Amino acid sequence: MSYLKEFTKGLVKENPTLVTLLGMCPTLAITTMASNAIGMGAAATFVLICSNVAISLLKKFIPKQVRLPSYIVVIAGFVTLISLILQAFVPAVYDALGIYLPLITVNCIILGRAEMFASKNNVAASALDGAGMGIGFTLALLAVGSIREIFGSGTWFGLPLIPEAAQEAIKPMTIFVLPAGGFFVLGCVIALVNKIANRKPPEATGCAACPNRESCISVEKTEKNLKNTEKEDNK
Amino acid sequence: MNKLFVESSPHIRSAWTTQKIMLNVIIALCPALIMSTYIFGIKALLLTIICCASCVLLEFLFNKITKREDTIYDLSAVVTGMLLAFNLPVDLPVYMAIIGCFVAIIIVKCLFGGIGQNFANPAITARIVLMMSFAGSMTKWTAPFSWKEGVDATVSATPLAADTLPPLTDMFFGFRAGCLGETCIAALLLGGLYLIFTGLVRPTTPVCFIGTVAVLSFFYGGCDVNFMLYQLMSGGLVLGAFFMATDYATTPLTTKGKIIFGVGCGLITFAIRQFASMPEGVSFSILVMNCLTPLIDRFTAPKALGAVKPKKEGKQ
Repeated sequence: MSYLKEFTKGLVKENPTLVTLLGMCPTLAITTMASNAIGMGAAATFVLICSNVAISLLKKFIPKQVRLPSYIVVIAGFVTLISLILQAFVPAVYDALGIYLPLITVNCIILGRAEMFASKNNVAASALDGAGMGIGFTLALLAVGSIREIFGSGTWFGLPLIPEAAQEAIKPMTIFVLPAGGFFVLGCVIALVNKIANRKPPEATGCAACPNRESCISVEKTEKNLKNTEKEDNK
Repeated sequence: MNKLFVESSPHIRSAWTTQKIMLNVIIALCPALIMSTYIFGIKALLLTIICCASCVLLEFLFNKITKREDTIYDLSAVVTGMLLAFNLPVDLPVYMAIIGCFVAIIIVKCLFGGIGQNFANPAITARIVLMMSFAGSMTKWTAPFSWKEGVDATVSATPLAADTLPPLTDMFFGFRAGCLGETCIAALLLGGLYLIFTGLVRPTTPVCFIGTVAVLSFFYGGCDVNFMLYQLMSGGLVLGAFFMATDYATTPLTTKGKIIFGVGCGLITFAIRQFASMPEGVSFSILVMNCLTPLIDRFTAPKALGAVKPKKEGKQ
């Protein structure tokens, strides 16, 4: 198993936001500014790495029937930790993220990686997977947040981009800061990443190339069906 | 030689081509354009020409870059440009109008597959995007005839938000502040009737749309005919009802569907005008009903002759 691959796959190829489309709620809600994206991305990455490591360590002890509640308890513990740290040391970020900080607990990227990866792999691989996915999430948020802030407010990380002399003539497009603009920019970024990664539509690739195949119910079903029909054929 | 061969349907072809239809819509829009040039000055005509030119150019470039069939000769881009310009205030900065054209042609029309494939009316969507983006510039109205006095950009409120109303005759002939093409009711009615008499547009949707707003505002205003007439002639109601709620691609096909569409538009327009924070709701009502059109079409689809309802599975 190549450890480097576990790290890099989260950046583009299996990017949690832009390819597997997990964690849409924070992506659309907090990307009105690029600085929010960094704050949210860093917090989520911290939780993701820690929860992946903890769950990988505990995977033998967690009974299969109650694994999801157990994962959520572990994740919620780390979210409480990071929100207290942020509140104490960077209150500006804490205020900007607001309700979306505690909501990291139910961010499906984190639960998804716990279920899909950490519960099946060793600690080092899980930590690298968490770091890669977290950085991929941060990059995606940064891309969407930058586009929305530049076009919607005419600033980037709070720095004004339109010269003062031209501020009367050139006005930013407020719609980019509104929810409609968020969906639009996200769609454009996803399209761009698909183009760069040269991804084909699902019908052309089938289940084999799907990043979610490990946790997908329909894959199991079709595989079972295939096996059953094979058995019947053998009979 | 075998001269008998079977073609796939349709077997009956109309003499109407897209180009002819669009040309007639342009003709129908001309009276309103002439009147708005008279009311708001040469700027109105210039803005319309800029919008048409950029719509056509953008469609040409998109088709060129994506290697599609060149569709600018069907004139639909010109109609979109005209309708978009009619929905803008005269003194809107030109770059904003061009952004509107980009939204209408590239995002709403071409990305969904070109003419006939778009789910929403391009001009309406572009207007809403501009409204959401540049609320200040989009509601900066120019007083009628200010160009004659040489005063630049006299700002006055649209009748939907004003305290003192212009007389009804001025409302009818369009001597009021408002979007470029929506003010002159007389010219719009002339164009609308032309479309109805050439058979290009069925009167169902406009009648239902305007009728619903009329009935609702009549009772809401305490059976006041004056209030009702102002409601009908202000804002973009007539322009929207005749020219944008009758778009072929984005409205229902059946008569029943058209009635639902018109009444729905009227209800939403009335609700937004009276109870929401925005003064005008015609464009939003048409966009919302555009989104509902596939559903309306599904529920009002005519039954095929002799068709039997398929039995539900499992109950044999």
